[in-house]
Amino acid sequence: MALTVGIDIGKALLVIIFLQAAFGYLTLIERKLLGRFQLRPGPNRAGPFGLLQPLADGVKLLFKEEIIPAGVDRFVFLIAPMLSLLGALMAFAVIPFGSPVHIFGRLVPLQIAGPSLSLLYVFAVASLGVYGIVLGGWSSQNKYGLLGGLRSSAQIISYELAMGLSVIGVLLAAGSADLNQIVSAQTREWFVFPQIVGFIVYFICAIAETNRAPFDLPEAEQELVAGYHTEYTGMKFAMFFMAEYINMITVSALATTLFLGGWHGPAILPSYLWFLIKVAIFLFVFVWLRATLPRLRYDRLMAFGWKVLLPVALLNAIGTAAWVALVHP
Amino acid sequence: MAAERRPLILNMGPQHPSTHGVLRLVLELDGETVRNCEPVIGYLHTGIEKTAENLNYNQAVTVIDRMDYLSPLTNNLAYVLAVEKLLHIEVPARTRYIRVLFCELSRIASHLVWVGTAAMDMGAMSVFFYCFREREKILDLIEMTAGARMNPSYFRVGGLLADLPEGFSEKLHALLDEFPTWLQNYRDLLGANVLWVERLRGAAVIGQEAALAYGLTGPTLRSTGVELDLRKAQPYSGYEEFEFEVPVRHSGDAYDRYELRLEEMVQSAAIIRQAIDRLPDGPWHIDDWRIYPPDKHQYVERDMEALIYHFKLFTEGFKVAPGEAYQGVEGPRGEIGCYVVSDGTARPMRVRVRAPSFYNLQSLPLMVKDRLIADLITAIGSIDIVLGDVDR
Repeated sequence: MALTVGIDIGKALLVIIFLQAAFGYLTLIERKLLGRFQLRPGPNRAGPFGLLQPLADGVKLLFKEEIIPAGVDRFVFLIAPMLSLLGALMAFAVIPFGSPVHIFGRLVPLQIAGPSLSLLYVFAVASLGVYGIVLGGWSSQNKYGLLGGLRSSAQIISYELAMGLSVIGVLLAAGSADLNQIVSAQTREWFVFPQIVGFIVYFICAIAETNRAPFDLPEAEQELVAGYHTEYTGMKFAMFFMAEYINMITVSALATTLFLGGWHGPAILPSYLWFLIKVAIFLFVFVWLRATLPRLRYDRLMAFGWKVLLPVALLNAIGTAAWVALVHP
Repeated sequence: MAAERRPLILNMGPQHPSTHGVLRLVLELDGETVRNCEPVIGYLHTGIEKTAENLNYNQAVTVIDRMDYLSPLTNNLAYVLAVEKLLHIEVPARTRYIRVLFCELSRIASHLVWVGTAAMDMGAMSVFFYCFREREKILDLIEMTAGARMNPSYFRVGGLLADLPEGFSEKLHALLDEFPTWLQNYRDLLGANVLWVERLRGAAVIGQEAALAYGLTGPTLRSTGVELDLRKAQPYSGYEEFEFEVPVRHSGDAYDRYELRLEEMVQSAAIIRQAIDRLPDGPWHIDDWRIYPPDKHQYVERDMEALIYHFKLFTEGFKVAPGEAYQGVEGPRGEIGCYVVSDGTARPMRVRVRAPSFYNLQSLPLMVKDRLIADLITAIGSIDIVLGDVDR
């Protein structure tokens, strides 16, 4: 019993620490890649190849003066970035990131927790994060913040629906909402091929869900300065940032699990490495899109979500259901 | 009982990422919709016109540079031509050609900054860096010739600062040869991108009548179907000797302005090619020591007379007979005009500049009324204002 609890705590700690480190290095990789896209070297002063840059940034943010603007709702203002980060971290708990391993003679699944409705859990928890953004924008007594918060609530509600529908196909094909079973259903064939429509819709929605370019309207720099986190400083600002990047990792991990066969891969590499490689490919695409694409306009974003993505996802779900019911009982 | 609906007043700028300097806008918002927009200017007022009154005619060139800092040579040209009008002097053909050449280079450089910043406003970051890489090459040419990159003060009353340096022609040709690839790059990254087209199409629209009534010039006016280009309408500095077209569009939206600017760059490149290929030999300044200083090595160091002229010019400058003259030139942003009044001394009594950005900015409230904030950003970008030019 104690061993089981110990292993679970160990896994949770490992994942949290890994995500924090991944966040730090994701910012570095993003800046490096953007630099390469934009004919500049990117950060290269702190340590060899700028490898200590995330550390330097972290230390800087820690020691920054915390500024709380006059007239803000202090409690909400303080809790908002935490909510945001909490949602991002919690979603990762059910994602299987490798094939089960033997520790002290036990078979331990590389997953913190495996409820049977884990897919539903991810969606439920991931959408908690938007409360952080909305509350943060609203409580900071800043008009840009307010507009940013409003934008994000509208955006996330619109895209959540299409995102949820886009994975119905996978759910039907695997016959389970348990991420482990979805992974094992992909031993022979990844779902990305039969579910290509669902995959595309999912990925577009994932970008919108994480507020990344070209759907980065809540923090559209050219329009709203910094959107919902305009008034945030120091670690509170860092938490919003962390939430955004960890969300990126989470949606990429989920995409890997649902469509790219999770940790499956040729046995030349351990399963968790396969998982990481697949996630990294998604993350690269995130950065690539940011470097290339202009931003959508607010009304276009809404129209695209409701009039294009939602019907397409719905048709895909119906089509898959018909296929499962008729062809592949 | 429903609460009264009041507009949200948003004070945008003067510190804001996309107000292109220090523009301040007071917005009345209804949700994301702009109900009213009031530009507040003056944050970059530098008193250049007044400063010019306290400098002699040649010194004033150096401050005129600094108004529209994205194409300083066009400002120079308007001023220099106005003073030359007052003096009733004709510059040699070579001077005219070199002036045209550099004005068109500046136009390309300025439009490159526009493409870059407009793309940045829309969130397409990388294009900005590509545009600046290419602009840098043009600045290299300007630096090679005039010694400075941003404010070269290259045009002088009665001539130029210096002749074209050795190796200039080859470098320019190399640049012109690779120029089409640059444009193709931008077209691939922006014009072929549905997001970009969607953002610009139908945004920041202004009608022809309003455009004329507000005194708009340049690409902003030509996007509404008015074919007005001073290079054709009132040729100056020998523009009538060049073959080029004036591209015109009709819907008056931001996308038209984007396309117009790209095409204008093509036309400018054509003019530059003609200018460098047909560049006449001969003097590059007038031969009048009272206005243009004698050459230092050839005359000043050997001839007492020349030394006196040189000394007089650099201590008090040249006197200009009383009178007034206006010269408008077609800058990248529209008509930039210089109105110079002389009272017979060596300093202008009044220099008044008609700045295209100032007039173009006035149309902003019209373009953005009842549109989204995102369209406001598109509009600010599409009229291509330079705050140094607006406030002077």
